[in-house]
Amino acid sequence: MMDYFFTEEQRILIDLVKRIGEEYIRPKALFWDEREIYDPLPIKALADADLFGIIVPKEYGGLGMGVMEMCLAVEWLSYFCAGVSTTYAASFLGAYPIILFGSEEQKSRYLPKIAKGDSLCAFALTEPQAGSDAFAIKTTAKREGDHYVLNGVKQWITNGGLADINVVIAITDPSKGSRGASAFIIEKGDLGFTVGKKEKKLGLKASVTTDLILNNCKIPRERLISREGMGFVVALKTLDYARCGAGAQALGIAQAAMEVSLNHAKRRIQFGQPVYNFQAVSHTFAEMAMKLESSRALVYSVARYIDSGAKDFSGASAMAKCFATDQAMWITERAIQMMGGYGYMRDYLPQKLLRDAKCLQIYEGTNEIQRNVIARELAKVYK
Amino acid sequence: MERIIVCIKGVPRPGTVKVDPETHTLKRESAELILNPPDRAALEMAMRLRERYGVEVVVMSMGPPNVAPLLKEAFALGADELILLSDRAFAGADTLATSRVLAQAIRGLTPFSLVIMGLKSVDGETAQVPPETAAILNLPSVINVIDISYSNNRFYLTRETNYGEEELEVEPPLIISMNPKLEYFRPPSLKRLLQARDLSFKSMTAQDLNLAEDLLGLKGSPTQVAGVFEKVFSQRGEVWKGEPEELADKLINLLREKGLLQKLALINR
Repeated sequence: MMDYFFTEEQRILIDLVKRIGEEYIRPKALFWDEREIYDPLPIKALADADLFGIIVPKEYGGLGMGVMEMCLAVEWLSYFCAGVSTTYAASFLGAYPIILFGSEEQKSRYLPKIAKGDSLCAFALTEPQAGSDAFAIKTTAKREGDHYVLNGVKQWITNGGLADINVVIAITDPSKGSRGASAFIIEKGDLGFTVGKKEKKLGLKASVTTDLILNNCKIPRERLISREGMGFVVALKTLDYARCGAGAQALGIAQAAMEVSLNHAKRRIQFGQPVYNFQAVSHTFAEMAMKLESSRALVYSVARYIDSGAKDFSGASAMAKCFATDQAMWITERAIQMMGGYGYMRDYLPQKLLRDAKCLQIYEGTNEIQRNVIARELAKVYK
Repeated sequence: MERIIVCIKGVPRPGTVKVDPETHTLKRESAELILNPPDRAALEMAMRLRERYGVEVVVMSMGPPNVAPLLKEAFALGADELILLSDRAFAGADTLATSRVLAQAIRGLTPFSLVIMGLKSVDGETAQVPPETAAILNLPSVINVIDISYSNNRFYLTRETNYGEEELEVEPPLIISMNPKLEYFRPPSLKRLLQARDLSFKSMTAQDLNLAEDLLGLKGSPTQVAGVFEKVFSQRGEVWKGEPEELADKLINLLREKGLLQKLALINR
């Protein structure tokens, strides 16, 4: 119904992602969800397709593309399975701190492996007592000669145990408050670094979520990203970039929900005709389409705004994430309603889409926190 | 290890093909061509060997110019060099005339260690081209291979037979055909898909290959197709339309007439 004026590169990217989705994801998505299985095969396919290299600069073996391309890849993966796209997008969450703030040594050590998909990444900020209140983290990092020693527990970390590269935010100077945290790279296999149990989730079941446990985890000084005290700056900037990706996930899920339920409504005969003929049904789809396309327009314009070199885009990316994920929740819930009993059965897709969509309103900053960010940024503009 | 050569074929997408009424051969130039599905295993195995042993992979295809997108696909999977073997004189070739062309092109790529082809093409279904090409080049051939490794100038091959798996040790060069079943096939790479947009590749004609025309195409093919016919059904199925109850009655009556429902009818009574 719409043309978003993609470049030729972007069209090739979308076609490739759709092809991977059809071949490696669609046939298994409901099975992975039902059994809560992480399957490495689609991740291998994404790696072989160079798709982990999208945001990695060319000089480190990546494609050097932008947030827009990252969003397109995430959107169309989510169309097939948001669990798989979560593994994929969370890896970017762990890669952004290195791309944006890493030293030359860190970039050349880690980025080529990330671009090739040889190493998955994870990003660890949340702790049991520090969710929305991120400044309340208790994990500490103490300098000991040429090393840092980290202690603490990180909670609900996507790709926990799968990731070779874990970016962990820890307090280096408790007296400095929000300027007292620092970002570190923890490698799988570091002494004192272990992974907790796999969490049981409502949705996104094809992805892996665990605790990360740091028990006197001793790492070389060179693993510090940027300077001491920059931890929250690194974390917040990373989230500003990645939030668009969460919005893009919402687009893919909502697109799938609308398509599957529309397909049903046009074929389901009740009272002698397709239920789509009834206004209560068709108007629901009209609403869905408007909510979906307005979300898409917003996510794409924010992604293009970031790629244009914008400096301050916290408010914009918060809007894209918050709005698109709220719409996806509404659309997936209505998709179930439009399919009636079929929508409620676990043999069909809509119930999975709804459970997957729910997480998007919570992770990478709850939608309540997004509204705080938007309101704060608004107040800066309209002084 | 010397280079690996992969031969791939474009086959008509089912439903798009027409048969030439005079020669009874497939009209390939007007059909929408797709990669012969078993050839995907040949490409995948070549790419695995390329990754493992750092060997160059050349992909060639004999066919009309519309096989070009398939060669670009092979490039996107990792092929280093592409060769299109295309000439009006090749048209209508049977397996022997095809093998002559492939053998000549392969000879031109000496030194090579391995030629990989799909087990068979899904249009011809003969599985003759790999061993026939090997015979022309006087090389060993192994068909239906499922795994390959290499060390000390020897290939260690596993092939599937009717009696189980067989392990073979072969000195290169040789020609193999791959069993189509592998547990994983890589997708094309985005980087290479972007490069493939303005990719040019070598195209070779009968003259380039120094082949005499009477050995090529329909003229050079001992196989002469006497006729092609569509399968005729002596008994056609019937489609009934109507209300479920009415159709169920009709079906039960028919089954009774045919004497297929007698026992059930007795039970019902």
